[in-house]
Amino acid sequence: MSVTRQLKILEFALAATLRQRGRNFSILLVYTLVIAVLASVLFLTRALREEATLLLSRAPELVVQRIVAGRHDLIPLDYGRVLATIPGVGQVTPRVWGYYYDGLTRSNYTMLGIGADPPEGLALLSGRLPRLPKECALGAGVAGLRGTGPDGDLILVDHRGRTVDLPVTGVFRSDSALLTNDLVLLGEDDLRSFFGLPPDRATDFAVEVRNPQEVETVAAKVKQLLPDTRPITRREILRTYDSVFSWRSGMLLTLFASALLAFCVLAWDKATGLSAEERREIGILKAVGWDTADVLALKFWEGLVLSLTALLCGLILAWVHVFWFDSQLLTPVLKGWSILFPPFALVPSVDLYQLFVIAFLTVTPYVASTVIPSWKTAITDPESMMRS
Amino acid sequence: MIRARRFLALSGLLLVILAALLAQGELRARRFAAADVPALARLGAALGLTDLAIWTEARYTRHPSQADRFTAFQDLPGAFDHFPAGSIVAPPPADPVR
Repeated sequence: MSVTRQLKILEFALAATLRQRGRNFSILLVYTLVIAVLASVLFLTRALREEATLLLSRAPELVVQRIVAGRHDLIPLDYGRVLATIPGVGQVTPRVWGYYYDGLTRSNYTMLGIGADPPEGLALLSGRLPRLPKECALGAGVAGLRGTGPDGDLILVDHRGRTVDLPVTGVFRSDSALLTNDLVLLGEDDLRSFFGLPPDRATDFAVEVRNPQEVETVAAKVKQLLPDTRPITRREILRTYDSVFSWRSGMLLTLFASALLAFCVLAWDKATGLSAEERREIGILKAVGWDTADVLALKFWEGLVLSLTALLCGLILAWVHVFWFDSQLLTPVLKGWSILFPPFALVPSVDLYQLFVIAFLTVTPYVASTVIPSWKTAITDPESMMRS
Repeated sequence: MIRARRFLALSGLLLVILAALLAQGELRARRFAAADVPALARLGAALGLTDLAIWTEARYTRHPSQADRFTAFQDLPGAFDHFPAGSIVAPPPADPVR
């Protein structure tokens, strides 16, 4: 078939589409919105997954927790010496951290103790990490919520119910909010005294494994030597985020499934048959000399005009929504009850395969559901079609 | 065939806009990977951070990777629970229980 012939059929298909512009515009609108929702969920989850993988790429190779009566418990510092004897293990660092509920702002902070020799030159920190007793550094979310900053103070209530006034030495920049938004950093001794932690215990151990290939072996060895512990490898941490931000997870799956169901209803409506007017139109076309292939080409173009326009508009809307407007419509779904929710300025993650999957899942069924009923009608006698 | 040409032009325009958005996204991602990721990863390594600070309402939503997932009736990702974020966090794929 020549290009000119196809262009003429396309011209005819556009004229037919415009004749029923109200109906077709409604379909286009719904179709575009369905694709926009589907694509938004896919873009958002992929971007979050990619960002989690990048940001947590240097998380501890192995975290060792202690489990008592089925719950995470404080781990004796003696366990660190046992861990250090395992071949292949490098530095074993006890970590002291916990949670603090701030009744004033009704939010939870993650309190993290840092050792006597805090890391220097952190590019994403305005100010410095605490070096002297009773100093603290904050995440941008905590600083914003409590209206404080470098040279300000943070007042908290310790485990004995006494108020503790902590001068703020630094605030993490909001670029790092996805990692540090709710953090309050104190010196390790200060944190122990704040929570009343015994001096011979830590929250868990971060274990360095020299050869990444040996992490699983070391984890198995830890479990063998210290049966009441639970080793968590970096691979498991990353896999958790892969699972959390999978489009198949929880609420996002609900959104995704609703949009897909709406699309199925739309396609089903098309597939269940043609209206009497459409049948008569096909009958007339056949009567004036169009053959079945031309009628099918006409219906193919009618389906493609709507679905291609909806696909392109839907993808553009989804991209702008997720990466330019920070997923404003999906954020309330993700946010839950978090008071301290980091700003969602996600970095785009382009995956052409994903785009092709969306296109295949949405355009093909719609075009097929336009062409197949027309084919059934086009192969019947034109006279009976015009009389029906 | 003016309508056909207009439709093709419109589709071409939408395709160009989409391609431009994708190209700009790719550039942003490359800039982020080159300029910001090393500093963020270093921060994570220096402080020993294991999780993203997205959901702060419960232990198992703040640190999903550190949450217990083997004890009956205990808070865990995917459990029936009282916090909306719990419904976002799916249980991990068949995982050998340690």
